[in-house]
Amino acid sequence: MADAAIAPTTTAAAPARRPQYGSMSKNRRWALRWSYFFLVIFAVFFLMPPFYMFITSLKSSAEISAATNPWWVNSPTLSNYIELLTQNQYLTFFRNSAIVSVFVVIITMAISVIAAFALARMKFWGSATLATGVFLTYLIPDTLLFIPLFKMFAWVNDTFGIQLMNHWWTLMILYPTLTVPFATWIMIGYFASIPKELDEAALIDGATWMQTLTKIFIPVALPGIIAATIFTFTVAWAQFLYPLAFTTSTSELVLPVGIVTTLIKGDVFNWGQIMTGALLGAAPPLIIYAFLMDYYIAGLTAGATKG
Amino acid sequence: MADVAARGAVRGSGALTSDGRSSLHKLMQRKSTIAFLMALPLITLIAVLVAYPAGYAVYLAMLNKGMNRFVGLGNFGFLFGRDTFWMVVYQSCLFAITAVIFKAIIGFVVAHFVHNIPSKGQRKWRGMLLVPWVIPPAMSTLAWLWLFDPSYSAFNWILEHIGMDRVAWLGETGWARFSVILVNVWIGSPFFMIMYLAALKSVPEQLYEAASIDGATWWQRIWYVTLPMMRNIIAITALFSLIVTFANFDIVRVLTKGDPLNTTHVFATWAFRVGIESGDIPLGAAVSLFMVPILAVAATFILRDITKRGSEV
Repeated sequence: MADAAIAPTTTAAAPARRPQYGSMSKNRRWALRWSYFFLVIFAVFFLMPPFYMFITSLKSSAEISAATNPWWVNSPTLSNYIELLTQNQYLTFFRNSAIVSVFVVIITMAISVIAAFALARMKFWGSATLATGVFLTYLIPDTLLFIPLFKMFAWVNDTFGIQLMNHWWTLMILYPTLTVPFATWIMIGYFASIPKELDEAALIDGATWMQTLTKIFIPVALPGIIAATIFTFTVAWAQFLYPLAFTTSTSELVLPVGIVTTLIKGDVFNWGQIMTGALLGAAPPLIIYAFLMDYYIAGLTAGATKG
Repeated sequence: MADVAARGAVRGSGALTSDGRSSLHKLMQRKSTIAFLMALPLITLIAVLVAYPAGYAVYLAMLNKGMNRFVGLGNFGFLFGRDTFWMVVYQSCLFAITAVIFKAIIGFVVAHFVHNIPSKGQRKWRGMLLVPWVIPPAMSTLAWLWLFDPSYSAFNWILEHIGMDRVAWLGETGWARFSVILVNVWIGSPFFMIMYLAALKSVPEQLYEAASIDGATWWQRIWYVTLPMMRNIIAITALFSLIVTFANFDIVRVLTKGDPLNTTHVFATWAFRVGIESGDIPLGAAVSLFMVPILAVAATFILRDITKRGSEV
């Protein structure tokens, strides 16, 4: 198959020298057809799991255990959706996830936009080192931090009597460790790309630093702020390790952990409900992505390349 | 750092009340103080919740299980003597390296196909192909878990219908290792695709025109034009992905929990098993610390690239 894809392009290279435009465009057409052909194959590969989630979510347990064609629904039903959305437990997970994510977004953006402005524009002793430090902390994964944090939280309980373990609001302390360095890093990049003349003009006109930030930098860097916000939300919504390690009671769980630990009970897998729960859990990031795709992609490429 | 800033603050506020001699100097003083205060929440957060725990992990790793006695490198010695540990090292490297290579290849290929089609349709395809990256990994891994189900696997249903044998996707070591890598490639390759697509768009069209006038073949154009132009972005994306993949937790945890017989455990999942589930926090910390060398190497290379580009600008 790969040979066939190469063939039309290689043959075209030679006639391209002669003024034979017919074969050139024919060759383009073939390249286009092969591109679409492979894109369809890759799209099937990339979209198959979510599609399969959707199919399964429409099946009753009876239909699943009857082991009919897994890729087709014989008698579609919304019973999984109704059951989950009338179940207090699932709604609790959803509520916990929503509150934690929204607050993490607010905390993260407040800390990182202000700090990024200071680091990108106001330069103080050690600010360049700190900017590098922010980038390094962005590279430290949650899997390295969860054990010492676990122990630290136990120590806080022993010393101050504040129980941080097994509360959903604890996650609002934990998630910023992942989101703040990333958001700050993106925002430093965006702020640095704003022309110096803008804030100099503002300062000459007598604006304070805070006014320069709110009246000039935030409006100009708004696309970057939106990108960072979307990212922070997505990371907070999807985080799996911290809630798994730090929360255990069902009333304190967030969505990903809630679905994995409560809907999978021992060897009894209620797959219709699990797939429905996972699909509904994936919905908020997917909806945001559908509407703000360009910001999402801008943030994705900025995170790794801006510097 | 705090001292310098505090002194600055005192002097700055003093200068405010009196009519200072050099207003520029005054401004600079005030500026650095305000800047430091604005960055203070960030500094506090990083110091308390990232830097301190990272250092604390090293100390923790040198305690005994009851955390009341200092044992030095005892935990590391204990790990080196265990077969499971070496299996985790092997599997972590296999998992990360194989997955990153395949993600890079698939991302590169798909980016080319998207780049080939008329720009009108590119947005739609790009949007569709990025979906795996947007779904929370724990959720999409659940879908894969169901696709790999021992008795109801939808893949096995297809295999049986085309006359092939069923596969124990998560039951046999080889297949289970294949499966966790497959899921990681599925989640991660859209990221590579987006990065490479952005890089492809920045390659000047004239270079390709010049190449085809010189009679370059399809392969020569990729080898002598595209790859050299994209070298930087290819390297940095791969390094980023290497860090994230090496520290991956969600996929293995949801898909296999390390089974069969601990053969699919990576550092993160094994550290969780040992540290949190079995309650041996120091040993878990010791396991997770083994991620540091590779992270440090990758981080050094990324930083070097960034400072290099910074000085070019």
